[in-house]
Amino acid sequence: MDHIIDKNEKAEPFLQQDIRERGVLLSIRDLKIWFELRKFGFGHAGYVHAVDGVSFDLHNGESIAVVGESGCGKSTLMKGILGLHRPTEGEIFFRGESIGEMKSKEIKQYRSHIGYIQQDPYGAMAPFMSVQRILTEPLSINGIKDHQQIQDMVHKALEEVKVFPVEDYLNKFPHMLSGGQQQRIVIARSMILNPNFLVADEPVSMLDASVRVEILRLLRSLQESRNLAVIYITHDLSTVSYFSRRIFVMYAGQIVEKALVQDLLNNAGHPYTQALLTGTSDPDGANAHKLKEVPPGEPPNLINPPKGCRFHPRCPKIIRGLCEVEAPPEFEPEPEHSVACWLLR
Amino acid sequence: MANSPTLLKIEDLVLYFKTMRGPVQAVDHIDLDLKNNEAIVILGESGCGKSSLAKAILRLLPRNIDKYSGKVLLNGTDTMQYSDEEFRRKVRWRSISMVPQAAMNSLNPVLKVGDQVTEPFIIHTGASKTEAIAQAKKMFAHVGVPNSFLDRYAFELSGGMRQRSAIAMALVTMPDLIILDEPTSALDVLTQANIFNVLKTLKKDLEISFILITHDIATSSELADRVAVMYAGQIVEVCDATRFFDKPFHPYSIALMDSVPRLRQVKEPDFITGQPPSLINPPTGCRFKDRCHKRFEKCEEEPPAVTIENHIVKCWLYQ
Repeated sequence: MDHIIDKNEKAEPFLQQDIRERGVLLSIRDLKIWFELRKFGFGHAGYVHAVDGVSFDLHNGESIAVVGESGCGKSTLMKGILGLHRPTEGEIFFRGESIGEMKSKEIKQYRSHIGYIQQDPYGAMAPFMSVQRILTEPLSINGIKDHQQIQDMVHKALEEVKVFPVEDYLNKFPHMLSGGQQQRIVIARSMILNPNFLVADEPVSMLDASVRVEILRLLRSLQESRNLAVIYITHDLSTVSYFSRRIFVMYAGQIVEKALVQDLLNNAGHPYTQALLTGTSDPDGANAHKLKEVPPGEPPNLINPPKGCRFHPRCPKIIRGLCEVEAPPEFEPEPEHSVACWLLR
Repeated sequence: MANSPTLLKIEDLVLYFKTMRGPVQAVDHIDLDLKNNEAIVILGESGCGKSSLAKAILRLLPRNIDKYSGKVLLNGTDTMQYSDEEFRRKVRWRSISMVPQAAMNSLNPVLKVGDQVTEPFIIHTGASKTEAIAQAKKMFAHVGVPNSFLDRYAFELSGGMRQRSAIAMALVTMPDLIILDEPTSALDVLTQANIFNVLKTLKKDLEISFILITHDIATSSELADRVAVMYAGQIVEVCDATRFFDKPFHPYSIALMDSVPRLRQVKEPDFITGQPPSLINPPTGCRFKDRCHKRFEKCEEEPPAVTIENHIVKCWLYQ
């Protein structure tokens, strides 16, 4: 193929070898976030088990991707991490401190350590605020009052996300910017308090193909230069190898597989992960002539999730008498690769 | 399929919109043809005019039309000569139907799905309600929706099922051609794959032709026989899907293909610098020249559409 664009950056697989020696930043233990359903406004009518028993450790400077279909609880998990939903059970530790026990002032302090990038950049910014005000807001909330300092920080943040010349953008409103520029402003806002931890909820799904890569690269360079820990939430498997070390696959409120990116792509253990990989297309003219073997049906209702393995009603490799009875524990076929599936027993 | 007669032939189609700042040249002198039982994908970034092209074919126009001309030949008859009423009776739903963008939200929330799916059939064929329900059940079987869903409301269905119902609605009058505008962009990976399986089976079993409008290059390859790339209101390349996904010609198509993240990528995807031009006062000459790395003197003039072995490319490089 003919390359018209100079490749000045070499394509290297995204490796973070020494990551586990850097210490744990965020630790989640058996987290459950359930939402109560009410009948006629008061009587109890069950729970929506949005996040149901999730555990993992995130190391300093590590980036992980959480992949799953809509309704699998990945956004609820993220909101739990941001402290927007209180855990029903289980705990989230940030540098050893439990978020559930923090007072509201401490939560505010904790949130200033996290950058958050929303899915829809236009919806994430107040339409009546100029870029200047959008970026000043988090600073004034966190008690930075010095005018000159605010100006400097706003300029620095905009330069970091490469919107030039900065002065031209300060007085613009969100609707005057293109989708890619809007997402850059959202990224600048998330970075302005110098967080060491970034949560990105589908940051590129609303953008055009050509802009998508640009934003992913920007995120990756920020991740590398600031040594950020990142949780990247997405439904698109083809973008995860960009800047994630590990992938967690979520299904119906639970993590069914955790693995290093390359292990997961080449050696997926869980039938659901395998289905996701089959379902993701690479551009190829031959695709049009064959049907894809993907499981039919849809993810289960989280009010009454299926007994046993939650994927069993759709699973092509179901073991009768086991999968529908007992929930599978996590098996570890290789180091740093765990699969919650009875096939690996 | 290669020798089957032409179903749709678009010649010099123009659709400009009136605005305060001058005409928006959304569809600018487009030529395109489509054979029976063929699927063509129209690829392009947002704002390149691909949805306007669909609207121009189906004459679903807003009021602020500045210019609307050219020929749309359907089985050899120019539909542009029809009056609006004739067009409604003879073309819309009868020959060409459309699944609109975000079709899952295009169902009426206060009507039962069955009533909506049968409505076009009753109106366009004058059939009775019972016949229409029988027909709707047949179409539901094709797209894989249980018959009992006819009595449900849209909010009781999941996104995938709503999308399937919208496709069934487009199918119910048995048109020759269905225009799909971003049919799966809001759906999950597995649902997406299932919908494309449905479309592939429909194409094989019912011999329907498709125009698929999308910006998602990877999934578009699931259905495409041919690919047309649109940039700033113009078609810059048309060719067979197998050849396109392997080796596109136009610098824009090459850059676009390079920007697709792949599952097991070896090389880093790239992005296209700059932004597409405004369609109000598009640059003269080639519209891609400001972002093109192969730009040379000739690009200041309007590039011709060069044909190399059924591969049409609008670029001076291949002259």
